[in-house]
Amino acid sequence: MEPLTSKKKILIQKPLNFAERMYLPALGKGLAITISHFFKKEATIRYPEVQREMSINWRGMHSLKRDEDGKERCTACGLCALSCPAEAITMIAAERKPEEKDLYREEKYAAVYEINMLRCIFCGLCEEACPKEAIYLDGPIVPSDYLRKDFIYGKDKLVEEPLVKK
Amino acid sequence: MDISFVIEKFVLVAIIFGISLVIAMYSTYAERKVAAFLQDRLGPDRAGPFGILQPLADGLKMFMKEEIIPTHANKWLFMVGPGLAMLTACIGTAVIPWGSPITTAAGRIIPLQVTDINVGVLYIFGVVSLSVYGVMIGGWASNNKYSLLSAIRAASQNISYEVAMGLSIIALLLVTNTMSLKEIVEMQHGWHWNVLYQPLGFLLFIICAFAETNRAPFDLPECETELIGGYHTEYSSMKLGFYLFAEYINMFVSSAVMATLYFGGYNYPGMDWVLTMAGPVIAPLIGTAVLFAKIFAFIFFFMWVRWTIPRFRYDQLMHLGWKVLIPIAIANVIVTGIVIAIVEKF
Repeated sequence: MEPLTSKKKILIQKPLNFAERMYLPALGKGLAITISHFFKKEATIRYPEVQREMSINWRGMHSLKRDEDGKERCTACGLCALSCPAEAITMIAAERKPEEKDLYREEKYAAVYEINMLRCIFCGLCEEACPKEAIYLDGPIVPSDYLRKDFIYGKDKLVEEPLVKK
Repeated sequence: MDISFVIEKFVLVAIIFGISLVIAMYSTYAERKVAAFLQDRLGPDRAGPFGILQPLADGLKMFMKEEIIPTHANKWLFMVGPGLAMLTACIGTAVIPWGSPITTAAGRIIPLQVTDINVGVLYIFGVVSLSVYGVMIGGWASNNKYSLLSAIRAASQNISYEVAMGLSIIALLLVTNTMSLKEIVEMQHGWHWNVLYQPLGFLLFIICAFAETNRAPFDLPECETELIGGYHTEYSSMKLGFYLFAEYINMFVSSAVMATLYFGGYNYPGMDWVLTMAGPVIAPLIGTAVLFAKIFAFIFFFMWVRWTIPRFRYDQLMHLGWKVLIPIAIANVIVTGIVIAIVEKF
């Protein structure tokens, strides 16, 4: 057949010469290669203790943000849930009471906000959909667990730590 | 025979037995670490600092596992198999001289060898050939076709390579004129190691030792891709542990034999100077340490080769054994004989 590229290489199988048939030089070469790896730096990262640095656009676990006064930004508009292609997000909205003014930024807030981490595909569309800049996928890798129910993360795991007021 | 002699031997046997078990235990750890380092990995490092408790964890796991005996297995032989493998692996250490005799202050001479029989080399051979029985009995009693195939492979491999091993030893015996391991070691005083007189014989011997211990590249009896687990396919729990353990003890013993026969045993250059400096108790112990350093070097070599050379195909194994090693070994015997005859004549 006419070669399609100029990369064609004709292989010629020569009979082995004496040194090659002895195998020993080849064995020596092989041993030299493996022992050279003995002194190379290992590629392993000791994961839980040492963590690899993620790229700047890495998307990890979600976090629900607070504003500069420590109030929750989320207004339970449901756009994140709507945009979610995996249907991982559910929420129940509630009306803010007057005494909760320090807790939530707007009159409406998410009383229940749940993300099923087994469904989530970490696409980041919720982050893009959010008009209040309330949700970001800036957390670590979602840890493993034993039961399915433990992968449904509520507000206890998602909301940022409250600001410490001086 | 006085009672102190019995106690002395008993203590020596206990120490050697303990040491060989501990070395076999840590060989499993070393194997995993060496494998990891040769592959740019870390290896086990979770159990204790650097993972040094890993063998204990593995042993505990082995003991805790469920013991399964297949319904159609020959129960008696199924249980004998691993025991026999372990027994034959352990008794090989009896004739190896672990150090030159210690002379205590009371003038008592304690030999660091359990027994110096005048056919030590033959004894080692006998024990090594027995070791295949553990594999064969286990493989046959499992009533599993893969185990049986593996047992047949192990038997034919051992028979094939024993011939070449025996012939390589004959050339060595021509040089040493004795079969007692103690005398062979004492002849290699200082730098006069047998490997310098018998380099080809050593090469043949080490290749055959790899085959006899079922180590890569000759690990056909337990090759996973063809035979699942080989002769220990049906084994579980500590019976499996015994088989794996016996392999490491075999490796230790054959390393010790190689160090003794070809690499001078406990001899090292400058040992006379050390004897005058350190005295008759410490110097033999230094010699023992040197012997163990040689043994560890061989064990490392075993592991190094395992991660370098792929497994032989069955026909290649037989080709290498019968058509390459045996003719070379015979030629080695003839050449050695002629050279010795010429040297003695002139």
